[in-house]
Amino acid sequence: MTLDVLYFAWLRERIGQPRERIDTDAATVRDLIADLSARDDWHAAAFADLAAVRCALDQQLADLDAPLAGVREVAFFPPMTGG
Amino acid sequence: MSARVQTAPFDLAAELAGFGAGAGAIVTFTGVVRDDTGAMAALEIEHYPGMTERALSDYGTEAAARFALTDWRIVHRHGRLAVGEAIMMVATAARHRHAAFQAADYLMDWLKSRAPFWKREIGQDGTARWVDAKSGDEHALSRWQASSSRKYPCSLATDDPA
Repeated sequence: MTLDVLYFAWLRERIGQPRERIDTDAATVRDLIADLSARDDWHAAAFADLAAVRCALDQQLADLDAPLAGVREVAFFPPMTGG
Repeated sequence: MSARVQTAPFDLAAELAGFGAGAGAIVTFTGVVRDDTGAMAALEIEHYPGMTERALSDYGTEAAARFALTDWRIVHRHGRLAVGEAIMMVATAARHRHAAFQAADYLMDWLKSRAPFWKREIGQDGTARWVDAKSGDEHALSRWQASSSRKYPCSLATDDPA
């Protein structure tokens, strides 16, 4: 499956790019994180502390255990600080 | 009933012109860049284009249904903002004041920790630091989920006229 993966705030800085298109067999967000973390040290550093990582699937907030079936866009970011 | 994300400043008076026509109560909240340390030059706000607009619109629609709002507006800025500049505003209109106050409070709690914005403080010495989310902001949401009337004991049904 091909996914557009987006990064924001310090996750974007640690990974060094705002978005990438990847091919993966990951079934859940957590599987995807394991896949990405195994690719290089930058991804591994960005995902070192999952308590500080939030995600959205097709622009809707989602749990890290959410399935990826049918999803096209995954975004990773730290806890939000709006307002 | 609208939500906008923009880099440009907004004019509160212009935003309120024609807003909530016929309502008995209009509440507005404006968030302003503050400098807690005396060493800040600016705030940079990053957001997730597409999701941000959708999230703000969803939260506004939810607030309208929950508090019987007759109108609502959310304007949130992104990009670089100097200390003292307005970051965002929420306006709510309802028949009575309690619903308008509650809805504005509710929207702010949601925007603080469920809208995809990230703040970074830029120091006068040029250093940059991402602002950590406050655990209290996350906790604030729970009161709306646990009970709609814990903080405000007056129910909407028995609300006195504003």
